[in-house]
Amino acid sequence: MTTTHTHRAIDAVWRIESARIIAGLARIVRDVGLAEELAQDALVAALEQWPESGIPDNPGAWLMAAAKHRAIDLWRRNKRLERKHEELGRELAAKQEMAVADFDAAIDDDIGDDLLRLVFVSCHPVLSTEARVALTLRLLGGLTTEEIARAFLVPEPTVAQRIVRAKRTLSESRVPFEVPRGPDLAIRLSSVLEVIYLIFNEGYSATAGEDWLRPALCEDALRLGRILAQLVPSEPEVHGLVALMEIQASRSGARIGPSGEPILLLDQNRARWDQLLIHRGLSALQQAEELGDALGPYALQAAIAACHARARTASETDWQRIVTLYDALAQLMPSPIVELNRAVALAMAFGPAAGLELIDTLASEPSLRAYHLLPSVRGDFLFKLGRFAEARAEFERAASLTRNARERDLLLDRARACAGGLPQPGLG
Amino acid sequence: MRFMMLVKHAENFGHPPKELMDAIGKLSEEAVKAGTMVESGGLAPTAVSTRVRLSRGQVTAIDGPFTEAKEVVGGYAVFELKSKKEAIEGALRFMELHKKHWPGWEGETEIRQVFGPEDFAPKA
Repeated sequence: MTTTHTHRAIDAVWRIESARIIAGLARIVRDVGLAEELAQDALVAALEQWPESGIPDNPGAWLMAAAKHRAIDLWRRNKRLERKHEELGRELAAKQEMAVADFDAAIDDDIGDDLLRLVFVSCHPVLSTEARVALTLRLLGGLTTEEIARAFLVPEPTVAQRIVRAKRTLSESRVPFEVPRGPDLAIRLSSVLEVIYLIFNEGYSATAGEDWLRPALCEDALRLGRILAQLVPSEPEVHGLVALMEIQASRSGARIGPSGEPILLLDQNRARWDQLLIHRGLSALQQAEELGDALGPYALQAAIAACHARARTASETDWQRIVTLYDALAQLMPSPIVELNRAVALAMAFGPAAGLELIDTLASEPSLRAYHLLPSVRGDFLFKLGRFAEARAEFERAASLTRNARERDLLLDRARACAGGLPQPGLG
Repeated sequence: MRFMMLVKHAENFGHPPKELMDAIGKLSEEAVKAGTMVESGGLAPTAVSTRVRLSRGQVTAIDGPFTEAKEVVGGYAVFELKSKKEAIEGALRFMELHKKHWPGWEGETEIRQVFGPEDFAPKA
């Protein structure tokens, strides 16, 4: 094997093993930053030695052992210093040997708990959202600083600094390396889910032709979600989030047209939806449903996505069920955007008048004032009701609000089509 | 990136030893836990398979067993991974298990990338 060849193999091994190694070390040294440095040292040793010695039979175990030796060296050095300072005698040497034995036992322990601790620490609320995202991708996703920077369109030093500061904050705040218990668990878990979904959406919003690292964030988020679902299988919202991401990701191949234009859900070619991901999404949703009495926000959104995934054609969509699900979501997570979606579902299920009634309550909503979809949806309802003059005004307003040129053309086309419609009697 | 692993071997090799099945079970469990293995399965013998073939303008369905194939696909797994190198690393580990637990067995794992939307994306 050539050196480049070996280096690429080390890359792959690192991707597979790094999170487990860092997690195992972090429990021993009680410091995520130090754990990562030790793991990195082991990686450097591999880069130096493997091209000569060949790739070991069990590369993960090799890296873990190398990192462990460095940890013990460091620990002994610190102890020696301590001993000099404190004049401790033989007793300590005995203790030290015992501690080394404990170390061996600890590192062979079930690795799952360590990974889970690492997830919770990386998404700890003392960190800013950006720092949580960067640290999670770095420690759990195995991404390099450069990869994270490219994926989020920020300079590499910015990401590097975020990670350094995050590690320092964790260390200074003495954040314990543990899985939160009791009522804390729910709050901390929602922070973890938020970070993963944020990573997913960052990738999902990337358009075709951009650096492939951006869309690849969807896969990173999916992988993290799947890992988390295995680590906390009793939490319904974790399965809900996984279901939501799997089903959304299943549409990646259908949501962008040949010249890069977005294709709306109901216009997508369903043959291009990824059935493997849909299947995985539906079974994750089923797990969420079996675990909880009432669905949480992620599971509800997944259930809505599932209604679309189950329909073989757009016209077979179960809109009444979607309305029920949006009703539940609006109660749990009230927001103007949820209401706007609920209005669309209402119109599809019970006719445009029902949708219009709800959307008219949103007219004064300040957060939607500049949102082009509000007049665009309202225009659609009015058009279907035959109120063409009003519909035209709404489409024109929507066109003036959107920043997407292709979408503006589409909206202006619809506005022109209104002129061809017959004006409603009595409207003058 | 999605990869399909096709495991090929001679069909008349008998049943795999239990140690191998256990080791493969453990490896698969790890891959599922790591979120990388999204689907897998073993295939029934070709003796009970059927080939529907188009040749010289004729479509024919022929039931097994077939004689000509030296090695056939016996199982498959679908992975979602960062790179082909990661796929190779996984396949190496899988084959090492065979080497360790089933002396004399011969076969191969073929790694095929499954095209995704990014492979058809318009160039910017």
